Amino acid sequence: MASGVKQGSGMKQGGGMRQGGGMRHIVRGGRVVDPSQGIDARLDLLIEDGRVARLAEHLDSIPGVEETDASGLVVTPGLIDIHVHLREPGFEYKETVESGLRSAAAGGFTAVACMANTQPVNDHRAITELILNQARLHPYARVYPIGAVSKGLAGQELAEIGDMVKAGVVAISDDGLPVMNAALMRRALLYAQHYEVPVIQHAEDLDLTGDGVMHEGEWSTRLGLPGIPGVAEDVMVARDLLLSADTAGRYHVAHLSTGRSLAMVREAKRRGVAATCEVSPHHLLLTDQEVATSGFSTAMKMKPPLRDRSDVEALIAGLQDGTVDAIASDHAPHHPDEKDVQFSVAPFGILGLETTVSLCLDRLVGGGILELSRLVHLLSTGPASVLGLPGGSLAPGEVADITLLDLEREVTVNADAFGSMSRNTPFDGWQLRGAAVGTLLDGQPVLDG
Amino acid sequence: MSEPAIPEVTWTRKDLVGIADLSVEEIELILDTADSFQEVSQRSIKKVPTLRGKTVLNLFFEPSTRTRSSFELAEKRLSADALNFSGSGSALSKGESLIDTARNLEAMAPDLVIIRHQHPGVPHMLAQRLESGVINAGDGAHEHPTQALLDAFTIRQHKGRLAGLAVTIVGDIEHSRVVRSNIHLLVKMGAQVTVAGPRTMMPAAVEKLGVRVSYDLDEALTDADVVMMLRVQLERHGQSLFPSTREYFQLFGLTQARLAQAKDDAIVMHPGPMNRGVEISSAVADGKTSVILEQVANGVAVRMAVLYLLSLAQQGDG
Amino acid sequence: MTKKSLSQRFRFKRELLDALQMRRIIRRMAGELIERQDEIERMLLVGIRTRGLPLAERLRDEIASMEDVELPLGALDITFYRDDLSTIGPQPVVKRTSLPVSIDDRVVVLCDDVLFTGRTVRAALNELADYGRPQAVRLAVLVDRGRRELPIQADVVGATVRTTSSELIEVGFTGLDSRDVVNLLSVKPESNLEEAAREAGEEEEGE
Repeated sequence: MASGVKQGSGMKQGGGMRQGGGMRHIVRGGRVVDPSQGIDARLDLLIEDGRVARLAEHLDSIPGVEETDASGLVVTPGLIDIHVHLREPGFEYKETVESGLRSAAAGGFTAVACMANTQPVNDHRAITELILNQARLHPYARVYPIGAVSKGLAGQELAEIGDMVKAGVVAISDDGLPVMNAALMRRALLYAQHYEVPVIQHAEDLDLTGDGVMHEGEWSTRLGLPGIPGVAEDVMVARDLLLSADTAGRYHVAHLSTGRSLAMVREAKRRGVAATCEVSPHHLLLTDQEVATSGFSTAMKMKPPLRDRSDVEALIAGLQDGTVDAIASDHAPHHPDEKDVQFSVAPFGILGLETTVSLCLDRLVGGGILELSRLVHLLSTGPASVLGLPGGSLAPGEVADITLLDLEREVTVNADAFGSMSRNTPFDGWQLRGAAVGTLLDGQPVLDG
Repeated sequence: MSEPAIPEVTWTRKDLVGIADLSVEEIELILDTADSFQEVSQRSIKKVPTLRGKTVLNLFFEPSTRTRSSFELAEKRLSADALNFSGSGSALSKGESLIDTARNLEAMAPDLVIIRHQHPGVPHMLAQRLESGVINAGDGAHEHPTQALLDAFTIRQHKGRLAGLAVTIVGDIEHSRVVRSNIHLLVKMGAQVTVAGPRTMMPAAVEKLGVRVSYDLDEALTDADVVMMLRVQLERHGQSLFPSTREYFQLFGLTQARLAQAKDDAIVMHPGPMNRGVEISSAVADGKTSVILEQVANGVAVRMAVLYLLSLAQQGDG
Repeated sequence: MTKKSLSQRFRFKRELLDALQMRRIIRRMAGELIERQDEIERMLLVGIRTRGLPLAERLRDEIASMEDVELPLGALDITFYRDDLSTIGPQPVVKRTSLPVSIDDRVVVLCDDVLFTGRTVRAALNELADYGRPQAVRLAVLVDRGRRELPIQADVVGATVRTTSSELIEVGFTGLDSRDVVNLLSVKPESNLEEAAREAGEEEEGE
């Protein structure tokens, strides 16, 4: 899939790519962790023309060639977040392509894939081009737009998928909303194969969700808040896996949150179904109880909702055994005025770009749940593979997008200092060890994201 | 030598947002204090000057006759100045955000705010933002602490205790704030609580709140000391949680015949307003085991006690 | 939260009355009430909670033994009528006011252990007014310690003691306390006077 030949030209470079032509750069003295090559070693790295040229234990300095001192740091293929909401066009008071990309760079990401639920919806090439044009103006990270499955996200007619792919769309999804209609989903899985893009599903049966605002369980019962049962996700994943198997269409579960859905994806993969899935950091680190302990904080409100302990444990097992292909933040900015309301009426969604890396380094790697190379896989190689994107590897010839991590750095999450325009994070004030300290795009350091 | 014989408990909370975080001692203090206030309601001049000069805001975002008048009466009997805002016809219904409403309230500097809102957590939100004491008069399906307190007060009057009693609560458990507050209170005080109702109205994992779950009314009523019937929310019927009121009554309606399963001296309660012939037959509602009207009378005494204790805490802390 | 023991705040100075002296004084007080011959048959004894009540009970018993008349006895909890809701600290659960008969046209004898600022009596008078219209209200106190803040005087006084503002009268009644006694205490120099007085509210009924 990742190596599939794309139609059209200029595809899969992502907005924000710049000219590295003729330039050389050396990243010196870092611990290179590249799961795509099974490398975890202290190496110098030579970049030529925006691509990785050589990895060696020692590279001599070349007169006139700038160097990045990575001693004490970890050098990884650029991190890719395949699930973000940049909100432009239409909701520029929450986030713009510019602020979203600053946020991405600040969080250590060199590329993001942005969802189609803008206003107007990214369901035709003009919107795709608008997003990519904005990205070109603000090259802090690459942008890979995701097109809508259905026109206007209305769940009725297919959007112009082919035209959007030619303009640069890398996947299709009605994210924010599920594709409820099974016939439409089936058609999308069939049709998208012409353009070799996956269909990403926000797996939620809206009828089962009803007016639910948090996970249905002990805590929704205690708080008297309408619940969203785990089975609302499970029935959709079950249906879609059957459709994926039936159509051979590429299917990706966005922000998978339940143990049962994970088990179904695991089993489907075993049968050879072309299915992948991502999980979000908050579903790995928080449970539904937080809604109570935070005193109804709207920073604990998102879809899918924070689940219970058994789901968290299942997702962690899925990270460890390879069922989960990617960690994606579902970065969903909302204006403080929208979130500063009672829990029941607050919009769903929280930020993620500037907390994901530190959370994962501290809680997953520091917590002994994942090896560092496995985490890098889930944040770079895995997501690149899910969407067939360049990067995810530092093998010679690959694009020289790089993230630098400092595993020892102590950080305190401070929403007021975010590059994002919004502040809706449940992690404000968390003290974490480990952070992304810089990124390179096409082999050039990204200045102050 | 002059040490008081009664162990003293001090009320230190600024707010009463729920039963969930109250201690057994605090619950007992409210109930004991309510006992004195009940005496006030029996005088010919049913008014004491205790809260003279205090302003109490009754903020009702949801229609309520019973709870609001009960609070109002309690405020008046304590000589507080009561100000009423209700959902319709005020800024509350004009799309003002709750935060702006809170800021406006703050500017009026009331001593106490009584809040009823359809959304769980709103009293908590106000309590965090206002210096005034906040009393939850019902937030969605979350809590209705003064109802549970008046229910406990009524049970104690009849049974002399709460610990060890078998209390059966019947009806739409999922959507009831009365149930949640009652469960918290009764379980804390050592009662054995059984909840019964249709499976479609039973909230997830409710047994984790310390109750027994039953789907069979006759079984649930067996040897009960107290039977608490809940209002079936007909207006929620759009969700189609049961096929018809007729069928509901057949499954979970309380009749004299069914009540015979309970203990001979069992009392029947209902937080009101009742749907006669849906959850309870008129014979039971008006029967000699019914204490439904006592609940209403006791509500005033309990709310006076809560108003008094919160004012005391507020003043004590300066 | 339990209140700090008085002994932590106050120092014992001296015993003012022992059990025997107390009994004699209360008997004399009963005698003074009996002397009000035109009032006695309409008299209603009302003890102000907490330690006005045992005084009222003793007076009733003494009068009964002298005159073979059983006066009705009521109890007043003046908590709801206090003017110092803002300054009182921890206090026991409010108890009921109970008046066995209508006070209309009665001679109500308010009984309290200690008369100090007069604020408790003011609150008691206000509360009585909500119960009806007595023909007259009299005041009987075991100890008058002076330092009044309101124009209130007792009709029947057991003992008068001159005190300073840093002193406190502690009254014990068998049944409620370990024995019958009246003690003079003083505030420990290191304690905060105002706080100490508040803590002692129980002893002097908030005065």
